Amino acid sequence: MDIALEQVGYTYAAGTPFQKQALHDVNVRIPSGSYTAIIGHTGSGKSTLLQHLNGLLKPTAGIVRIGDTQVTKETKGKQLKPIRRKVGIVFQFPEHQLFEENVLKDIMFGPLNFGVEEEEAKARALRWIERLGLPEGTAEKSPFDLSGGQMRRVAIAGVLAMEPDVLVLDEPTAGLDPAGRKEIMDLFYELHEQRDMTTILVTHSMEDAARYADHMIVMHDGMDVLQGPPGEVFADAERLAEWRLGVPRTVSFQRLYEEGAGLPPGPPALTEEQLAAYLAADLGKGGGAS
Amino acid sequence: MERILSLQDVRFTYTPDDPDGRHAVDGVSFDMHAGEWIAVVGHNGSGKSTLARLMIGLLFPQEGTVGLFGDTLTEDNLWEKRSQMGMVFQNPDNQFVGATVQDDVAFALENNGIPFEEMTLRVQNALKQVKMDTFLDHEPQHLSGGQKQRVAIAGALALRPRLLILDEATSMLDPQGREEVIRVILDLREKTGLSVISITHDLEEALLADRVVVMNGGRKFAEGTPQEVFLKGEALTELGLDLPFAMRLSALLGEQGIGTEPGTMTERKLVEQLWTLRSNR
Ligand SMILES: Nc1ncnc2c1ncn2[C@@H]1O[C@H](COP(=O)(O)OP(=O)(O)OP(=O)(O)O)[C@@H](O)[C@H]1O
Ligand SMILES: Nc1ncnc2c1ncn2[C@@H]1O[C@H](COP(=O)(O)OP(=O)(O)OP(=O)(O)O)[C@@H](O)[C@H]1O
Ligand SMILES: [Mg+2]
Ligand SMILES: [Mg+2]
Repeated sequence: MDIALEQVGYTYAAGTPFQKQALHDVNVRIPSGSYTAIIGHTGSGKSTLLQHLNGLLKPTAGIVRIGDTQVTKETKGKQLKPIRRKVGIVFQFPEHQLFEENVLKDIMFGPLNFGVEEEEAKARALRWIERLGLPEGTAEKSPFDLSGGQMRRVAIAGVLAMEPDVLVLDEPTAGLDPAGRKEIMDLFYELHEQRDMTTILVTHSMEDAARYADHMIVMHDGMDVLQGPPGEVFADAERLAEWRLGVPRTVSFQRLYEEGAGLPPGPPALTEEQLAAYLAADLGKGGGAS
Repeated sequence: MERILSLQDVRFTYTPDDPDGRHAVDGVSFDMHAGEWIAVVGHNGSGKSTLARLMIGLLFPQEGTVGLFGDTLTEDNLWEKRSQMGMVFQNPDNQFVGATVQDDVAFALENNGIPFEEMTLRVQNALKQVKMDTFLDHEPQHLSGGQKQRVAIAGALALRPRLLILDEATSMLDPQGREEVIRVILDLREKTGLSVISITHDLEEALLADRVVVMNGGRKFAEGTPQEVFLKGEALTELGLDLPFAMRLSALLGEQGIGTEPGTMTERKLVEQLWTLRSNR
């Protein structure tokens, strides 16, 4: 399912003193099956953009295309239901999507709402609870009696249990412990690969964007200012700095090394493994290069 | 040195009536001196936020004591102690009380009886420190995630606390924003002797602390300087933690036959070793 935003604008609280234009003339294309990372400093419009991807917000200008469905400011609420079952969103604050009396019911809600049988919904919920590393007994607990990271895991489980075609993630690892962060990012990647799930990740972690994404969108003050593969986006640190963004730690370390060694900047190392291989090659070790 | 905080054998369970109920905090002790920066790390559900709630008296331990500024925390001295502390919660939405950003930051100051003029000044200052001074009349609920966290931090700074407790307070800031906020707090510590407890999953941030406390399943697993704690290596990764970037990279380089000094934790030290290796090649 291809997704495209054409000349999309969004204004919060239009016509009030709090009016705030959060998106200006945004044009982006997210091809079916891609893994797209969206980066941008605080308040640049990332979460606002994401909420257009399943019709939670309707553009106040322009068109959002999600597969065959077209969303404009005139689109009626009930036309959006088919989109909501195909596009699953994990929100920035997990509390915003938890509401049931216990975790099991909370995770079952999405599948049941979209017509999955009770038994199957329960089986899925239990499977995802385990897959997300939640402690025993969590299914029966109130989602509000959990730690922050446990709530995050439940919110993710709830969205995955819907088995969406498109997975939209707004800072999904905030609050996860380092091991959980890696496991869950790897899990998203696995689903992306195995089920060809279109994945859209908003993140402040340049490392995650570099490691997992094949396409990137840079937001700045409500506008899309750059789109391209991570290798290109992270090659130009100076431009990123203009948008108050930086490069992944691997790249800043690589540049530091190159500078001290008097080397010209090489292609950015997008993962720690790539960086180690690059350094080893330069030091005449490892892969055999001199 | 003055003791700001002292936990002694603190135990707490959310389910005191359940005989099989787990303790969220299970016999934890540690002390903190004035001006110290302590990072608390640990897996999800290891008891970090519960510990923070015990420190500011939102919860009271079933066993053990929490000491603050030299006295044991009780229902009677709770407000007096709390007026000297600032706390930023894991989810800023749980913290907002004011209808506008400036009312929100002013709220606790008003409660502490700060005169109007000084209050206005402090609110402005605190919001400027976190770069939110152009949002005075905005509704806190209608801000972006990172903006909410900045306002919550301003609320705690405006109190000019002696002890600041941050519960993953910068988890949704962009890397630059995170650095800026940390610098502001380090600066305050320098100038005012502020003591800081920072609960975090960001191990690079933990490296900046004077001391790191590692929680595991409600217990204190380790305590020491970042150097001492991260030298535990594998033992930490088994607890759901990780090692700082420089240590991970050193390990990967080791696999490629490039030896670096064990326990190199900062990027600066690592790159210097690599430059030396290169020139001795
Ligand atoms: N409900 C709302 N009402 C009014 N303004 C809003 C609302 N939500 C967000 N805004 C404003 O719109 C702009 C974009 O916000 P958005 O949440 O999209 O940013 P973001 O890129 O997700 O930031 P962050 O990284 O901090 O989460 C911000 O200036 C914010 O203050
Ligand atoms: N209000 C509550 N009622 C019942 N149990 C709770 C409550 N809050 C937390 N718990 C449980 O207490 C334990 C410790 O939780 P706590 O929130 O202190 O963990 P944490 O270390 O802060 O985790 P995280 O990194 O996920 O924020 C967890 O097992 C959690 O499920
Ligand atoms: Mg956001
Ligand atoms: Mg917590």
